[in-house]
Order: sequence, then C-alpha cells, then structure tokens
Amino acid sequence: MSRVNTTGMDAKDRKHVLNVLVQNQPGVLAHIAGMFASRGFNIDSLVVGRTEDPALSRIVLVTSGDEPTLEQVRKQLGKIVTTVKVRDLTEQTCVHRDLLLIQVHCPPERRGEIRQITEVFRGSIVDVGSRSVIIQLTGSEEKVEAFIELCRPYGIQQLARTGLIAMPRASQRNETGRSQRPSRRRAANVKPSGQTSAVPMPPS
Amino acid sequence: MTTRTGSPPSTSTPKTCIGAQAFVDALLQEGVEVMFGYSGGAILPFFDRLYDAPIRFVLSRHEQGAGHMADGYARATGKVGVCVATSGPGATNLTTALATAYMDSIPVVAFTGQVPTSAIGNDAFQEADIIGVTRPVTKHNALVSRASDLPRIVKEAFYVARTGRPGPVLVDLPKDVQVAQFEVSDNVEMDLPGYRPRVYGHARQIRLAADHINRAERPVLYVGGGVVLAGASDEVRQLARKGNIPVTTTLLGLGAFDEVGDADLALHMLGMHGSVYANYAVQNCDVLIAVGARFDDRVTGRIETFAPHATIIHIDVDPASISKSVDVDVPVVGDAKKIISELLGEIERRERSEWFAQIDAWRKQYPFSYDSKGTNIKPQYVIEEVCRQTESQAIIATGVGQHQMWAAQYYRWRFPRQMITSGGLGTMGFGLPAAIGAQVGQPGRTVVDIDGDGSFTMTLPELATAVEQNLPVKVVLLNNSFQGMVRQWQELFFNKRYSATRMQNPDFARLADAFGAKGLRITEKADVRDGVRELLETEGCVVADFHVEPEENVYPMVNVGKSLDEMDLGGLA
Repeated sequence: MSRVNTTGMDAKDRKHVLNVLVQNQPGVLAHIAGMFASRGFNIDSLVVGRTEDPALSRIVLVTSGDEPTLEQVRKQLGKIVTTVKVRDLTEQTCVHRDLLLIQVHCPPERRGEIRQITEVFRGSIVDVGSRSVIIQLTGSEEKVEAFIELCRPYGIQQLARTGLIAMPRASQRNETGRSQRPSRRRAANVKPSGQTSAVPMPPS
Repeated sequence: MTTRTGSPPSTSTPKTCIGAQAFVDALLQEGVEVMFGYSGGAILPFFDRLYDAPIRFVLSRHEQGAGHMADGYARATGKVGVCVATSGPGATNLTTALATAYMDSIPVVAFTGQVPTSAIGNDAFQEADIIGVTRPVTKHNALVSRASDLPRIVKEAFYVARTGRPGPVLVDLPKDVQVAQFEVSDNVEMDLPGYRPRVYGHARQIRLAADHINRAERPVLYVGGGVVLAGASDEVRQLARKGNIPVTTTLLGLGAFDEVGDADLALHMLGMHGSVYANYAVQNCDVLIAVGARFDDRVTGRIETFAPHATIIHIDVDPASISKSVDVDVPVVGDAKKIISELLGEIERRERSEWFAQIDAWRKQYPFSYDSKGTNIKPQYVIEEVCRQTESQAIIATGVGQHQMWAAQYYRWRFPRQMITSGGLGTMGFGLPAAIGAQVGQPGRTVVDIDGDGSFTMTLPELATAVEQNLPVKVVLLNNSFQGMVRQWQELFFNKRYSATRMQNPDFARLADAFGAKGLRITEKADVRDGVRELLETEGCVVADFHVEPEENVYPMVNVGKSLDEMDLGGLA
C-alpha cells in the first residue's frame, strides 16, 4: 500500500479554477502568491479584482495538479487568515470569461478579412493603425485561443490576456446540491482546437 | 501624564490617546504580564509608555533571544508569549524565533517598530519590509497603518495566535502610528471573516474511528505536540487506559504522556532516534491513532513503507495537516481534547495480550542503551543523573543536536509542557533563551537547559539576561568540542572527514563566572553525580560544563531513506 502523496506533475494533472474570496487588504495577494511559490504549486493564471463588497476582493486563479495536490492547494489557501472563502469551480457549471487584446499585422487590403473573422467571434476592432489593428475579444479560454490561432497567420504583434474569471451559474445555486445532476465538467483540459474546423461558436 | 495605565477605557465620554498608549492598554486587556524584547529607535514611543505599565519587561541581549524567550514562556505556560523589537535589524533578528515557533505551532505575538508610514518603501534608516520577510514564517501578520486600527489588530493578533492550530503573529507598528492621537472606541471588534478554526469533530468520523480502534488487535497511539497545545493529555491518558493502547510520542509530544506513571503503556519517542520498540510497534500495528501529530519526515522514515499494515486515524485541528504527506483513512478535524472526550464514550476495553507480550519482548530486547565502559563521561549518563536527581520533575529545555536526542531518550517525561525543544525548525541556540522564558513563566519549578557546546555558544550572551533577572536557570552543557550531530553524520556518511565541525571552545565555566552566573567544570566520570548535585543545589543561574566523550553517537538511528524498522543500533543490541 503506497502512502505517498506525490506533488509532482503526472498524467492525472488537470486544471482547476479556484475562486478565492479574500479580505481587501495590502499584502493579501503577495501572501497567496508567496504560498504557491514556497509550496511549489503552479499558477496558470490569476486575476484579482474588487467585488460587490468593498471589504472583499475576489481572486480567480487557474492551477493544475493531481487531486492530492489540489486538495493541499485548497487547504493551504483556506489556512491563510485573510482568506474568507475558497471554492473550486472546476466541477460546477460556471460562466468563464477571458478578455483578449490582440494587435494583428493588418495592411489595408486585409482589413475586410480580419473584420469578418472578428465579427464571427463577436469581437470588436478597438484601434486601427496604418498597418495594424487592435482587436478586443471576450469569451471562454477555448474561444480566445481559437481566435488567437486564426490571427497567427496574419502576424501577431502584441497580445495581452486577463486570465480567466469565473462565476457559478444561478441555476446551479438555486437547485440544491450538486449531486442532483451529473456534473457538467468544464472542458478545461480539452486541448484548444487548432484550426477553423473546430472553432467553438461564440456563446451568447 | 500616565495615569490611565492599565484601566480599560471607561464608557461615556470619548477619550483620545496616542497609539503607543492604546497599544499598552490593548496588551493589558489581553492579560499580558510579561514581555521579552530589545529597544531601538522606531519603537521608542512604545517603550516610553511601557515605562509606567504593570508589565514585567525582560531585556534580552539579542532579539532572537527575546523571540525564543517568548516561545519558551508560551511552551511552559500555555499562555501567549509576547516579544518586541525595533524596526530593520531588530525585526529581522526575530525571524528565526518566529520560524521556530511557526514550525512547532507555538502561540507567540511579536511587535516590531517600523519607520514612519511616510518613509515606508524609501529605504529609510533601519527599514525592512518585515511583513514581507515574515509572511512565510508566521501564521498571520499585519501592518498597522492607522492608530485607530491598533486595538483591533492587537486583539486579532492574540486571538489568531492562540486559537485553532496556534502559531506566531507579527504586528508592525510604524513610529508615526505610535505617536498619533486618536479617539479610543469602547468596543473593539475583530474583523476576521474567514478565520473559523474547527473545534468539534464530525460525529460520524468519531464513530468510525472508535469502530476501528475497538476492532484493532495491535493499535498504537501516536501522540504529537498538538496534544500538549490542546491540553488533551488527560484525555489521551484515558483513551490509552480505557482502550488498553500503547502510546508513543513525538519529540514535541514528550510529556504529553506520563512515561513513569503509565509505564506499562509507554513506548517513548518514535522516529529517527526513537526507541526500537516504538518504531517496531508502529511498523506492525493494525490501527495507528495519530493525535496532534503531522507525520514529519523525522518520524515516518521512508514514507512508502510507513506503518504498512495500519488503518490510520488522524485527529488534528489543521485540515491542511490531513493527508499532507501520508494518506490517512479516518481524518477527524477539530480540537483534540473535544474529539477524544467524545471518542472515549465509544471505546471498549480489549486485552490484546499477544500484542503487549510482543511489545514487552521488544522492550526487553532493545532498551535505550549505551556503552558505559571507558573512562570518559558519557553524555547519556549525565542526563540519567539529571533525571534521577530532579526526579523527573524538572522542565527541560534543549538546544538542537545530539544532546537534544539524548535528552529525549534518557530523561523520563511525566507531564505536559515539560519538554521545551525546537522540533520542526531544529534551531540551534534555542535552549538557553527558551529556558529563561520558561523560568519566567514557571518561577517555582526547576528549569534545566540541556545543551550542547555548539548550540549554547550561539545564544550564550543571554546568560546576562538570566543573571539580570535573577533566574535560576541550570545549564547542563554536554561539551564534546564538536557539532556532534553533524560530526556523527560525517562519521557515518562522509568517511569521518570532520569538515568544519570541530569546536575550539572557550572555558565555559569561567565565562559563566564572568557573566555573574556560577560556572562548574566536570571532566571526570566520578564527579558527574556531585557535579549535577552542585548544579541543582547552587542558587541562581549555574552552568555546568561536562566534558563528555567526544565521538559518542546517538543510537538507535533510522538512516535517511530507510524504513522505521530498519534501525542502526550502533552495535549495541
């Protein structure tokens, strides 16, 4: 019987989206980031922002690891005194959003083409230069990644993403208990589809 | 104008006071009777207010000493230990002590001065980002940026330090905040919305644990420092007696179980330098009941083969301790005292005569032992003599190294808070200041610091503190002119190449005399008994320098990477 809890990466590693409510105080983010660093946990992305309550901030972070590691991540987060609540959104039905700003090489003759692609993805062109455009796009990580792949052939000059933010859907909160229905797993560990054929259609 | 010292602010009219005074008032509100520390520029306003306050102040000779004193005080009394230092170097000097307390879950609150808020971040004189520095080695820390927050933050600091899994908390006090006038409010309310330590264990888990224990044929109780912290020694004893379960303790758990009064159930310490019978019992048990222990690598040995046949029950207040390094079968999260009290009702007595016969056989075959022949003083013999002459009633502090392990093995532990030692961090130099703190907290008891020459030298200026405070701390120095434990590893694993471990020591007895303590020097085996007697009978602080066998090794020993039952007995058994 093996008693070891490995914390290394292996095939069982998967992405987890953690929603961490913290007290809005100086140093809280450093504390959380420091805890991840000193215990050797990964952070794939991390977004901090205010919430409806000025005393609280919300951190949405995406981390990966096997189940025992994630268990430790959740517990260690919970142990931080300024942490108010830790929720793993991985198994829940959530709205996920990532915001992308991307500057694409765009000579005047390509503008129509690029505008079309942007419209399909319900993005918007927010700046036009003589030989480039900046496009803004929101959506799931998969959608954003698919769009980036589409832009690549034109030449990406700059790219910035916010990282994922997420919120559980209302339907789920009202219906009691998660066990009531089979959990709809977020397709986070599905490889982002590379080409147009598999482009996920923009959600409403 | 220092008339309002001590009295909590009365109701009715709003009062104003300065931050430093509010701070002193908040300390008194928390019942602080003694503080350990060292002054400096950025903390001067506080020291000015302290001058008239009914708080005993123990001036250390180094801030690290103050931190260990607060730690030793907390370990010996169960109260929160409090220390204070100035900004910059004063604060950074506290970090080792905070890390020590953090690793062993000791409730300590440290206050540091800080440069004025306007200067923070400007590389001001004696500025250090101590909040950033101490974040990984404290349970919680906070910078007071407004004087009006001070009473709340102090209250939160003490609450967080002593509740749940205890630990050190640091509060950083900028100089301008200490002198700022503000209106004192009567109610101080804490703002810790996410801090909810679990107290009661889950009833179903407790029942499940009881089922496993009742069915067990070869159970072992594995008792850690958490039992001392939770004040659960009586409950653990009842559980062991009622269920007829042998008990092994970790280094920090020593004293949580009476090894003399309940000798029939005592397996003594387990782990790397634990007893053979404790390690065999753990490796052969079918149910292992861990209480307030965290499966440290010095306890488990090779983790893949730890307690291979056991269903593991883990009672701990910290959910993050559960299944951290060892997967447990029945976790019960909550206060050990409460959980075991509930568990007791469901425990049935079982004879388990086969199991005890086996344990007795191991005990007879493999007692702690050393080669007592030869002319040199054996360090184990000195400890046996200290144990005999103090009748197992002394509070023992230790440094870190061979002497610490021998103390754990050869002193017989009888009551909780008796053993004061740095287990997790393994901080050399802990012994003397921790003994001073313990003596301050337990003035009626004999406090002995069993120390090594390496450890003792690290913090020995604190002898001045002991003398100044009239503290009769007794130092038993097991002087082998080596950093003995490191030398042992060099002997065993590095072909006796004693690189940087040989110590050319001062004359410790004369040094003690120079500090105003009493120094003794014992070099002959025949003088050990009288030496210990003189140490214990001489009033005041005494240092007895025992020149012991230089190349004695600590056995049994589980080498790194080996299973607990693969012990090196050093050719003794």
